[in-house]
Amino acid sequence: MRLWKALFIGTGLSLSAALAQTTITIATVNNPDMVTMQKLSGEFEKKYPDIKLNWVVLPENELRQKVTTDIATNAGSYDVLTIGTYETPIWGKNGWLVELSGLPASYDLEDVLKPVRAGLSYQGKLYALPFYAESSMLYYRKDLFAAKKLTVPAQPTWTQAISWAKQLHNPSGGVYGICLRGLPGWGENMAFITTLVNTYGGRWFDENWKPQINSPEWKRAIGQYVELVTKYGPPGVTGNGFTENLTLMSEGKCAMWIDATVAAGYLANPKTSKVADKIGFAKAPVAVTPNGSHWLWSWALAIPKSSKKVDAAKTFITWATSKEYIELVGNTQGWVSAPPGTRYSTYNNPNYQKAAPFAKVVLDSINTADPTKPTLKPVPYTGIQFVGIPEFQAIGTQVGQFIAGIVAGKASLDDGLNQAQAAVEKLMKEAGYLK
Amino acid sequence: MTRALAKPRSRPNQPSTLWLLGPAMLVLIVWTQIPFLLTIYHSFRRFDLLNPERQGYVGIGNFVSLLTDTIFWTSIGNTLVLVGAVLVVTIVLGLFLALLFYQDFPGRALARTLVISPFFVMPVVSALIWKNMLMHPVYGLFAWIAQSLGQKPVDWLATYPMQSIVAMVSWQWTPFALLLILTGLQSLSKEQLEAAKMDGASPWQEFRYIIVPHLAQTLSVVVMLETIFLLTIFAEIYASTSGGPGLATTTLPYLIYLKAFAEYRIGVAAAGAVFAVILANIVAVFVLRLIGRNLQTAKGGMA
Repeated sequence: MRLWKALFIGTGLSLSAALAQTTITIATVNNPDMVTMQKLSGEFEKKYPDIKLNWVVLPENELRQKVTTDIATNAGSYDVLTIGTYETPIWGKNGWLVELSGLPASYDLEDVLKPVRAGLSYQGKLYALPFYAESSMLYYRKDLFAAKKLTVPAQPTWTQAISWAKQLHNPSGGVYGICLRGLPGWGENMAFITTLVNTYGGRWFDENWKPQINSPEWKRAIGQYVELVTKYGPPGVTGNGFTENLTLMSEGKCAMWIDATVAAGYLANPKTSKVADKIGFAKAPVAVTPNGSHWLWSWALAIPKSSKKVDAAKTFITWATSKEYIELVGNTQGWVSAPPGTRYSTYNNPNYQKAAPFAKVVLDSINTADPTKPTLKPVPYTGIQFVGIPEFQAIGTQVGQFIAGIVAGKASLDDGLNQAQAAVEKLMKEAGYLK
Repeated sequence: MTRALAKPRSRPNQPSTLWLLGPAMLVLIVWTQIPFLLTIYHSFRRFDLLNPERQGYVGIGNFVSLLTDTIFWTSIGNTLVLVGAVLVVTIVLGLFLALLFYQDFPGRALARTLVISPFFVMPVVSALIWKNMLMHPVYGLFAWIAQSLGQKPVDWLATYPMQSIVAMVSWQWTPFALLLILTGLQSLSKEQLEAAKMDGASPWQEFRYIIVPHLAQTLSVVVMLETIFLLTIFAEIYASTSGGPGLATTTLPYLIYLKAFAEYRIGVAAAGAVFAVILANIVAVFVLRLIGRNLQTAKGGMA
């Protein structure tokens, strides 16, 4: 009898444990830092045994499509979404995200970088927690520059960058002068190209939302870009996005690369980079104006309104963006791999300062990026490497295609930009911004 | 043979089987027609996933938006170029290979299996193989060959995007044409060929006046089936060029995909889908008429 009772209670207990266990589905990008998060998720499951994690890891473009259609149709396939500073305010405004209030005191929200927090809020309400944040900067090969007796100032100009690319381009030696994004997409080639256009004084729209894509500033910037990638870049540039360029740079195939600051940890890590000890860091080059020459972005974790497991999801995103998690990455993966750009405490940490020679450039770049003044002239939108309106994904991707067409020689500079201008004008008319 | 064919025809007092087929038919109708009706419904509405507050009936607005878009016309042109080019390449290659495999040679069975294998590779996989292992300007096989010959590697997908897609799709569909043509060839009586030889026909005359007329029906079937499948080619474009560079490989299916999943404008995408159905019907009517005429001339020739 007692045995029966014990057995009965035993099964009951294990049953209730199984019932109490919640599985949350997390959609994320296949960037190195997220892969680390996935690797370390065992620690989370150890700490919170009643929460199981189910991962969906995809390349950026695919993730965006999945997540956007999922949330817009209220399908509820995911409990945690990885989204950026572009989506968060727009989706927050649509009422698609759970507002993140009442975080535990130990989370220390004040420790999160102010520009990043602002970028993830809509009307003062926080809708996502930053997993990492980034700006863009210039990576260069110190050894190649030293061999030609070239020195890089803390803030280079585009004129300098172009002359360096010419001098260092040596394809027969396996080194290309400059690697830049060329893969079409608003979050791929257009992210970089928009910062270039910004610093040449161009803007996406004037104060009355009239597109400016065939303006002289755009022509100068895009002309310069096309010359650089076709003359001094690796072949196949229209297929290279962030990941492809990261591989090229870490294999030692580029003398220079201008891209996300988050790549610094990967490039400076001997485990993942063949040129770890030869990488130099500087701010992104400037042409006419420093405004908008480097971007501001954060990959952040948010909870969709359609999730039925909000509490478990909140527990997870608080953990994955906490000081404790950063500490965990620092101690297990090396401090150079710690998620950058999110917390003042990371930059005050002596371990991080020692391991990350790029820390100061990154922090400066993030702190000086101002999404409300992305270029010389005033604009009606916020965002540096994007325009904060729902239509921008379509606009950016389409213009990205036209520019890839110019790079591939399918259209001349003038024709390509005129076509892009006409396409954007049409879209903006149909969306109701233009009469 | 004739008895087996004649049997099911003459049985007037057999009970109707319609009530057995009914449920299956109903499921089929629901399954195929409801999405189509929904597509038509959405093509008259404004439905932007990202702008939930701006929705409603827009009349023919979506159609106007498409028709006034140069991208739409480019995409229709690209679709026709792609289908036409792949048809020509697969039929010429398929015919050539079929004639080759019609001959007897050692190891024919194995060679036949190998030559039809591309057809069983999934489209996305074949696109990725072509993109990364063959055509990649840095790591690809073609680049390696070019470099070993002292040439500069070509960035195929950027320089010759449409030609590259045609090559990929043709690689996949040539086995299909080959299989059908080979089956057609095997029904050709050897006596007829021998008789022609005895009358002093050259190989070209044999091919032109005996083989080609004999294959007319098979070829028409190949053209029709391939046209239907090729109009919907998507995976190869998605995985290799993403419709670019510029608009070089944006076909109608890819444009519909862009409108739905890059711009999230479901209404415009639905209008595009309606156009796709219209285009498929135009092509189908055109092709069917062509085939009908061929069949008639083939019959006339026999009599």
